[in-house]
Amino acid sequence: MTTTSAAVDDLLLPVPDEDGAPFWEYAARGELRVQACASCGRLRFPPRPCCPHCQSFDSEWRPMSGRGRIWSYVRPHPPLLPAYAAQAPYNVILVELADAPHIRLAGNLVTSADAPLNSVDPARLRIGARVQVVFTRTGGVSVPRWVLEKP
Amino acid sequence: MAATLKDATAVVGIGQTAFAKRLPESEKELACRAVLAALADAGIAPSEVDAFSSYTMEETDEVEVAKAIGAGDVTFFSKIGYGGGGSCATVGHLAAAVATGQASVGVAWRSRKRGSGPRPWKNTAVQLPTPGQWTRPFGLLRPADEIGMLARRYMHEYGATRDHLFNVAMACRNRANENPAAMMYERPLTREMYMTSRMISDPLCLFDNCLETDGALACVIVSAERARDCRHKPVYVHSVAQGLPAQHHGMVNYWNDDPLSGPAWTAARHLWKHADFGPQDVDVAQIYDAFTPLIPLSLEGYGFCGRGEGAAFTEGGALEMGGRLPINTGGGGLSEAYVHGFNLINEGVKQLRGISTAQVPDAATCLVTAGEGVPTSAILLRS
Ligand SMILES: [Zn+2]
Repeated sequence: MTTTSAAVDDLLLPVPDEDGAPFWEYAARGELRVQACASCGRLRFPPRPCCPHCQSFDSEWRPMSGRGRIWSYVRPHPPLLPAYAAQAPYNVILVELADAPHIRLAGNLVTSADAPLNSVDPARLRIGARVQVVFTRTGGVSVPRWVLEKP
Repeated sequence: MAATLKDATAVVGIGQTAFAKRLPESEKELACRAVLAALADAGIAPSEVDAFSSYTMEETDEVEVAKAIGAGDVTFFSKIGYGGGGSCATVGHLAAAVATGQASVGVAWRSRKRGSGPRPWKNTAVQLPTPGQWTRPFGLLRPADEIGMLARRYMHEYGATRDHLFNVAMACRNRANENPAAMMYERPLTREMYMTSRMISDPLCLFDNCLETDGALACVIVSAERARDCRHKPVYVHSVAQGLPAQHHGMVNYWNDDPLSGPAWTAARHLWKHADFGPQDVDVAQIYDAFTPLIPLSLEGYGFCGRGEGAAFTEGGALEMGGRLPINTGGGGLSEAYVHGFNLINEGVKQLRGISTAQVPDAATCLVTAGEGVPTSAILLRS
């Protein structure tokens, strides 16, 4: 379970598309924001050019509280890409946002922003557990990660 | 012109190559061998073939196959997207083409060297596709990870257990043990082997995953009228459907209002609406099984039981021979071969011809489904 920093730096980085770019720009500022329709106000994820409810092309990015609950999780084991295999088994969680329960973000439950993907004792993984977003700076990009509200 | 596809066409020929972890032939050669075997089985000359359908992921295209086998002028060809979700739609597209007079002899096929070919997660230089920006950086890398996430939630919500998933793996393995062509012929599985096997993406273990296989399959579709003059008893294409639900997100259906209600539900509504019978009348089913949890999810989607009841449905030998719904009687993707589900189509035809290695007595109706979790397709076959 020892993790070299070199291996962590080799984790895949997000490749944003035009619709997703603002999410990562806000993340770089430590903000968790979700796209919303500027016309009918409904939140949508993943981001896309128009609103499936009212077909408006006007959108805005609404700040979230950063709180949520674990909706589900997996623990990948090898064969995996080397940087992930080095930390396996780690967790991937799906977080249902407190502000928008139908928006579920994939992420990792960690003990602190810069801790490895396998830093949380698997016994603490539980569907329904309350989590809070933190941001990890890696490879020049900020990615959201999650810590337990009650560590 | 037929106003409906119902029983307007039939599968009259099936063909396959050997299945193995490693085969010496190229994908193109395997494709040609399977197509020629299916035509020989039908008793139809290659020069009569005028329609082709396969998957977008098929790397042997119709130009190559048509040229190699000596097909005539081709007037219809189509490719279906979404990997294993495309299997049954290949038959559906050909049925539509033949029923509407766009072609007369259609061939569907899938050739794949996944057993000896590359695996994306072993490739360090992998390009990250843009939809992957929401999942890949977090280490949700493989289909097993993506489905494992839904499986864990399903288990949590409905009390499904690893024993239920084992029931699925066991039913497929038991059938493969009876099928000399299956990769898992004469290789029994036990509960202990299952429970102590290594995890791939917890809660999914090794035996919850399909096989990596080299091999190819094909089938031949003609009009019901012509089918009566063919060598074998026709297997009619009774109803066909594709399914891409509203707000669907592929294997990571996490942003759908209801992630546990997948494409099967959409395909099923159309499939049953255009059929003369319902789930209770299905004698045997071939249900896409890239991963064991897809079976309970599909049993619910196609209406064999209620929402949340799919795991319990597997209890008491329900999926075994003589059970409530024998499934994947050749061994399925879990234990016969994983060729993006095409073996399930051919196995359905074998059941209705009465020649399966695990024959359901007097089987007259068979449901075949394509990959659940991605935009999917399904066919109802009847004899
Ligand atoms: Zn709107």
